[in-house]
Amino acid sequence: MKITQLSVFAENKPGYVIAPCRRLADAGVHIRAVSLAETQRFGVLRLIVAEWRSAVKLLEEAGFVVKPTEVLAIEVPDGPHGLSELLAAVDQTALNIEYMYAFPFGHSDKGILVFQFTDMDAAIERLQGAGVNLVAREELQEP
Amino acid sequence: MTTGKQEAGHRFRPECALDYMPRAELQQVQLNRLRAVVQRVWDRVPLLRSRMNERGLLPENIRSLNDVARLPFTVKNDLRDTYPFGLFASSMREVVRLHASSGTTGKPIVVAYTQEDLEIWTSVMARALSACGVQEGDIVQNAFNYGLFTGGLGYHYGAERLGMTVIPASGGNTERQIMIMRDFGPTVVFSTPTYFLHIVDRAKELGVDLRELPLRIGFFGAEPWTESMRQHIEQAAGIKAYDLYGLSEIIGPGVSVECPYQDGSHIFEDHFLAEIIDPDTEQVLGEDEEGELVITTLNKQAMPLIRYRTRDITSLMTGTCRCGRTLARMRRVERRSDDMLIIRGVNVYPSQVESVLLQFDGTQPHYQIVLTNEHGLDQMEVQVEVTSKIFSDKVAAMEVLQKKLSDEMRQVLQTRVQVTLVAPSTIPRSEGKAKRVIDRRTKL
Repeated sequence: MKITQLSVFAENKPGYVIAPCRRLADAGVHIRAVSLAETQRFGVLRLIVAEWRSAVKLLEEAGFVVKPTEVLAIEVPDGPHGLSELLAAVDQTALNIEYMYAFPFGHSDKGILVFQFTDMDAAIERLQGAGVNLVAREELQEP
Repeated sequence: MTTGKQEAGHRFRPECALDYMPRAELQQVQLNRLRAVVQRVWDRVPLLRSRMNERGLLPENIRSLNDVARLPFTVKNDLRDTYPFGLFASSMREVVRLHASSGTTGKPIVVAYTQEDLEIWTSVMARALSACGVQEGDIVQNAFNYGLFTGGLGYHYGAERLGMTVIPASGGNTERQIMIMRDFGPTVVFSTPTYFLHIVDRAKELGVDLRELPLRIGFFGAEPWTESMRQHIEQAAGIKAYDLYGLSEIIGPGVSVECPYQDGSHIFEDHFLAEIIDPDTEQVLGEDEEGELVITTLNKQAMPLIRYRTRDITSLMTGTCRCGRTLARMRRVERRSDDMLIIRGVNVYPSQVESVLLQFDGTQPHYQIVLTNEHGLDQMEVQVEVTSKIFSDKVAAMEVLQKKLSDEMRQVLQTRVQVTLVAPSTIPRSEGKAKRVIDRRTKL
């Protein structure tokens, strides 16, 4: 149920976001999603990539600090109320969200929301109970 | 000790006969006191006794002032190793005051005073202030911090002894300092030179012209400052700016002071025996030779120090000053023989930063201290390389870590520190060793 996200430490300086992405692109790694969480003095770049194991290796070799973390990916249903209904369902589970971001996926208009919950196991249980569709790892990246 | 009665602008008179004593007589006073203090530490301080034993030295072997060179040095780490009270030569019943200053690692160093020591301190401060022509009737704004730091209280009691009116403003809150300066009409100010420069700049922004205020004299110390800083301060504030030297280990402020001729600081040699040594060979150097200042306290009871290595680089002049004082003068301290940094008047060692980082698993070993003074005041930034051990995908967790590091550094260093997390391998290493300190402070 969980997928692996890579987090990369980024200084608040020009070029610090593009550098890891370029490193992966040059090696032919398929970046599916990218999100930047920034503070006044540094940022955390979060990536969902297909070949995540080799991506970790590549980035570490290039001197980046990388942290693989498990997150949950939820498919956003099609239609005008898809997003708000999904968020309402997540909200009802009373789970504590650490962070969240979205990216488009596939050939349709579908989107995917990536969540980091404080208690991931409880999150899986409650989301499934609420009928939320969790995206399997195989759909996004290597096992 | 008498208090001065001369009017401002008049030629000052002797405040203390000891300042003008023929050197031969002064040296006799010093020798008597040296022998007494050596006997005192021999009797009461085990560390010193064992070091003298190692040299086969007995107190009675000290027969002339030159024999001081036979005594072992005391260094800052001795104060750390015996933390907190190991070098005290008085019982706590006799100790009436404790102060503390930065050590080289996490723990501070502690200094102690008996009632008699406080009397000495107050008297040297009063002598120092009167040497530059301040007196009863002067109102002083004391912008040195009150607290464990010796600056605030040291100046305070010396000024009160002279009969000055003391405004214990303490450091910080610059706008209030300026308000006091304008409304209370102080004629004298005590401050670190950099903080006063900050006051000068802020006053300008607020449209307050310090030159139009009654302020006429400033005493500055606790950090090295240059002749051009003095000129800037004197012109911008319309005052005479005097250097007053001291260090907590020896007594606090009041070891030496300039006079209106501003030609070296007169050391109160009846209390402090000064030597200059080569910091590498530890050989005693002669007059005018530049080296490290070493001080033996001649009269202190609670914590007498024998041949304390100040790490301050200077040279001595023993000729009589134009002011008539026969006391030896030391030239301005512009550098040190160790890696101590002075930030807003607070002593900071890179090893203290390291000791804080060591408590946080995963933050070693790469850090760099960057010093700036863009807005007048020194700013200290500690850049710490992020390792996978401390890195988290959660921004909040990283911010908590950053704050914890800043808070802990502030605790240990006693000064504000901005901690910045930086990417690995971004701190330049030269020959495998990182350059720990980048000092970008512009000196006037």
